[in-house]
Amino acid sequence: MSGICARLIVTGLVAASLGLLLASCGQQSSAPVANSPAPVSHAMSEWAAEIASYRNFVIDQVDALLKSTKDFTTEINEGDIAEAKAVYPVAREYYERIEPIAEAFGDLDPHIDARAKDVVAPDGWRGFHRIEKALWLDQNISDQAPVAAQLLADVKLLRAKVETVDITIEQMVIGATELLNEVSSSKITGEEELYSHTDFYDFVANVEGAQKIFTVLQPKIQAIDANLVQTISDRFASLLGAIGAYKQAGGYVSYNALSSDQTRKLSQAVDALAEPLSNLGKIVKGSSQ
Amino acid sequence: MIWLPDGWAKAVIGGSLMAALVLLPAATEAPAESAPLPFYGEHQPGIVTPPPGFVYFVAYDLTTLKKTEVQALLKSWTVAAAQLMAGKPVGDATDNRLLPPADTGEAEGLSAAHVTITVGAGPSLFDKRFGLEARRPPALADLPAFADDQLRAEWCGGDLGVQVCADDQQVAFHAMRNLTRLARGVAVLRWTQAGFVAKTAVDPRNETPRNLQGFKDGTDNPNPNDTALMNQVVWAQSTDGPRWMVGGSYLVVRKIQIRVEAWDRDGLKDQENVIGRQKNSGAPLGGLAETDFLGTALTKKTADGQPVIPDDAHVRLARGDGSVKILRRGYSFANGLDFKTGQLDAGLLFLAFQKDPRYQFVVIQKRLAGNDALNEYIQHVGSAVFAVFPGTQVGGYLGKTLLD
Repeated sequence: MSGICARLIVTGLVAASLGLLLASCGQQSSAPVANSPAPVSHAMSEWAAEIASYRNFVIDQVDALLKSTKDFTTEINEGDIAEAKAVYPVAREYYERIEPIAEAFGDLDPHIDARAKDVVAPDGWRGFHRIEKALWLDQNISDQAPVAAQLLADVKLLRAKVETVDITIEQMVIGATELLNEVSSSKITGEEELYSHTDFYDFVANVEGAQKIFTVLQPKIQAIDANLVQTISDRFASLLGAIGAYKQAGGYVSYNALSSDQTRKLSQAVDALAEPLSNLGKIVKGSSQ
Repeated sequence: MIWLPDGWAKAVIGGSLMAALVLLPAATEAPAESAPLPFYGEHQPGIVTPPPGFVYFVAYDLTTLKKTEVQALLKSWTVAAAQLMAGKPVGDATDNRLLPPADTGEAEGLSAAHVTITVGAGPSLFDKRFGLEARRPPALADLPAFADDQLRAEWCGGDLGVQVCADDQQVAFHAMRNLTRLARGVAVLRWTQAGFVAKTAVDPRNETPRNLQGFKDGTDNPNPNDTALMNQVVWAQSTDGPRWMVGGSYLVVRKIQIRVEAWDRDGLKDQENVIGRQKNSGAPLGGLAETDFLGTALTKKTADGQPVIPDDAHVRLARGDGSVKILRRGYSFANGLDFKTGQLDAGLLFLAFQKDPRYQFVVIQKRLAGNDALNEYIQHVGSAVFAVFPGTQVGGYLGKTLLD
């Protein structure tokens, strides 16, 4: 669960959602409270263009996620394992690009994206990874129609909620690093896609999500620290170049085909990028609180 | 006269104490507990400075192909090393709470703990990447393969080698962690090994420290306070090789696994014959005190004409005729459990400084490899050699003489 979620405020749902958000964020709630809106509105005016641009990206991604999830669940309903397997990793990319935002909506993230080890009661396990197991491990999706229906409903709910989201500059800055932390913590280890080994799709999508934030903020960073822009650009290129070696027709090689040496090199390339990226925050003034 | 390895700390056991004190210049005595060691100087710290209780040896591989980025890395390490050795946090403080702190923080409020940072270049730095082929010192030859070597690639080599020593493991880790963080995007960890050695805090007699085989280790080490001797043994001179290495040294690192379980079931008599010294006192076999001159002890025969110290004893082969010396910083390591065997994963992190490994470490190791009785109980599993840069002055940086 994302540490930035406490800073997220859903317009029109503030009172209702704060309780939900804070509950989902545990103890990390150095959160904005309803009666101190001043810093938020100040940030809004200064960063309005960047936030609007990123917000459009997020909504576009969730639109595409909804469409691809429809395609995926249709294949499940029709019992077409081969087609469902082909659609699965691509459908998930849209989610992975905006993961820190999606994670802010309470239980929606676990409902859509929980892995087997994330759930306490196996009976309650739902979402993409439940169907992943049916497709690749069980090779039997005859009982997956209800799971598919629930997944589609959950993604529709995400689409409805994301429409109302207010994004802050702090959230964008932290989100870029968080996306790379997602790569380090679960994609590098191959734990995200335990059965399909399609981790490369999520890996690249997380990196692209971070790159989008960087691209949106780049002009303002350039004015403050041109070297930082150069370093981050170089390291995005270097990481994406390293991943490029694993492309194959229509996608990426199976992640479990990598040697530990290859995995380590990718991991170190992620760290090499994440370190300067964690300095994006220097563009935000008045962050000493 | 035989110097204890802790000629660094106190001096000599036995009747030569007066002579020892005369030879110990006050200026090179161990500094007061709280005083940080100086970073700047003719030589890097961490070589003839007293070895504190903990070490991290770290080998890095450069991921950049730009020489300017190697220079920038060594400059940032130099600035950080000066800050760390002064007991200060690395980097500049910021009041922007959205940024990660420049220093990782775990040494906040702690003393410098005599932390030292010592940096060198491995042979691979002189390949085609940075145009340094012609500047490789002849003394930085690849180590030859030795009989009995069981080297594992993951514990060998490195473009850059860093030795971090400190009185406290947390302070040592803090230093190596922050150097590693500063390297991100330019260099990556290749291999690392932590080590420890008992110090005076737990050894009121301040004896030669013992290794994990239970023997005093380093009795025959040269006295690091003897400047003339160090110029012969440790510091590269203008007559020795490239000018850029004058005042530098060469570090040989060997990760030596000890077969702890096998050693523990070896009889005491055999253990002592393997080493060539008494386990308790450290005296050469047939001798009385640790300080007994080993050269003489090695000539002693039993009544039936056999050498008292066996021909294949470790000290006999290690010493040879006594003409070849290296300056060792002896540390042990313990990495928990070897999951394959269920046995302890422990051994010796061998760190030795010299002015030319070809005529020092290699000569000694050739005598030991394939011959040393100790080889039944140890195996060399890691290996690296580095040209340790000369010291630097304010405004300079470690490696400047090579890279500018």
